Amino acid sequence: MGSNQPDRRVFLKRGAALAGGLTLGAAEPVIREATASGQSVEEQSQEVQEAPDYSSDELIAYGERSPHVTSVREPVNGRPSPDDFGLVFHIGTPLGDQVGPITPSSLFYFGTTRGSIVPDIDPAEHRLMIHGMVDRELIFTMDELKRFPSVTRLHFIECAGNRSNSRHSRIVESHGMTSCAEWTGVLLRTLLEEAGVQDGGTWIVAEGVEEVKGASSLPMAKAMDDILVAYAMNGEPLRPQQGHPLRIVVPGFEGILSVKWLRRIKVVDRFYMTYNDYGHLRQDSDQAALLNQVGPKSVITYPSAGQQLPGNGFYEVRGLAWSGGGVVSRVEVSTDGGESWMDADFRGTPQRMAHTAFSFNWTWDGTEKVLMSRCTDELGQVQPTRAQLEGGLDNSIQPWRIAGDGSVHNAI
Amino acid sequence: MRFRLLPFLMLLGGGSLQAQGPTFGIGRTPTAEEIRAWDISISPTGEELPPGRGTATEGALVYLVRGCVGCHGATAIDGAAPRLVRREAGPDVDPWNLGRILPIRSPYATTVWDYINRGMPLGDEGTLTADEVYALTAYMLYLNDVIAEDAVMDAQSLPMVQMPNRDNWAPLPDWKPGMPRLPGYPH
Repeated sequence: MGSNQPDRRVFLKRGAALAGGLTLGAAEPVIREATASGQSVEEQSQEVQEAPDYSSDELIAYGERSPHVTSVREPVNGRPSPDDFGLVFHIGTPLGDQVGPITPSSLFYFGTTRGSIVPDIDPAEHRLMIHGMVDRELIFTMDELKRFPSVTRLHFIECAGNRSNSRHSRIVESHGMTSCAEWTGVLLRTLLEEAGVQDGGTWIVAEGVEEVKGASSLPMAKAMDDILVAYAMNGEPLRPQQGHPLRIVVPGFEGILSVKWLRRIKVVDRFYMTYNDYGHLRQDSDQAALLNQVGPKSVITYPSAGQQLPGNGFYEVRGLAWSGGGVVSRVEVSTDGGESWMDADFRGTPQRMAHTAFSFNWTWDGTEKVLMSRCTDELGQVQPTRAQLEGGLDNSIQPWRIAGDGSVHNAI
Repeated sequence: MRFRLLPFLMLLGGGSLQAQGPTFGIGRTPTAEEIRAWDISISPTGEELPPGRGTATEGALVYLVRGCVGCHGATAIDGAAPRLVRREAGPDVDPWNLGRILPIRSPYATTVWDYINRGMPLGDEGTLTADEVYALTAYMLYLNDVIAEDAVMDAQSLPMVQMPNRDNWAPLPDWKPGMPRLPGYPH
């Protein structure tokens, strides 16, 4: 900061004016926090003096989060990132810090076959082509795509590798590769109908423009149902790591199928066995059937492993539930390791293939407990225990153990 | 009620007529050259394969000249990049037990060609000629005992290669909206 450091007295004066006027409500939680941690109000003031210059052009133009909020993403499963080739493969979102169903765009989980190599695409130059078994081959600019009737929908995207194991000590490791955003774009169906799908067009291949030109095969029934050609997330253009300027969102299917940096949709007559496709094949037909569509799943995010309860008393147990089968219809919570289950409350209205926030009022008596949640979706599919899990994606029930000292642990 | 339904029925009728042609009239027709340049996903039938040819012997040279050896190693098993060969496992081993080795596990040789063409060399993608991709594909298939050393790979022969997993995988079920992950399966 150096010479840009604002005069302390000027700053304090401005801060006092703000606290006394416009932002009284915003200032209150800080003081409460300070009191709870045993700090005096005087000590609190010392910290405020380190805050940035709120008159700077940068902060006027684009708001940053508080320097006291430090939640960050992490490489999954301790893999070196970047690896020997400068690639980062899977970065998990800090679910334990998340409030509500929407993942902040900056914290959205990230996984690609070419990791850290994120293309820098000028949306003015970007095109989407639809061709193959269609009556009218079409190519669109981004501006043209935005002229079509749009939809805005909440959808989660979860990586097929989002698997929990006993070595995971925090929820970012066990469940961090799922995230949920509000997506805006055109239904792929709208574009396919504009092009006119010919008889026999039973699959599509969706392909990106990045270095490896990642491609996936998808059944036409899904393409005509609810696949979104999205240009925005959480109220702004897609972030580069999430496919800027264009991607598909395939609601409820494995994350790898939601192709990013989309430039091409080809209508074809068969499963094309792309590189991404072949890697997900199975020998056994039951195993193969469990691929693609994510099963009903939920996890308690608070309290979760790595967190610390300060003592016995009342807690709102919070978590997220989702399913590739549609709307979450029920979430149950157990505080006795699955012996008994009680219904949790939804926070907000559950939506199709979207993270659904749930809560459960609980008074902890200070003894060791094992907390679990269990999701049921609109198709009647019920989240399995780990023993019941039969392959495919790991959607098993996650147990968290609350020790007598309030520390929270993975209880797999 | 009858009168109120009328506009709705007219809308339905109009919609089905419009389904014959474009509804919005947005976008333009791509040129044949634009389509050819982007049409790089190779079907198991090989219909998108470009003209060209190559053999394993030629591919061994391309492997050195184009720098594959730098990441994948001289024997394609000893580099920092993923190994490409499982020949030493022997001919009778189930390919499913050999890990995710593209030239072994993939049911179609077209997928091997497709991936080398779109994804390699790392950082210099899209610079291999069609002949070089045919040659490298032949080399990888030869190293894994799938084809003979002198077999010529081109747009006609490549889709005909019998990969060890050609028929040894379970097709995905016919997906329909609202279906469970597996009929009769509770999860």
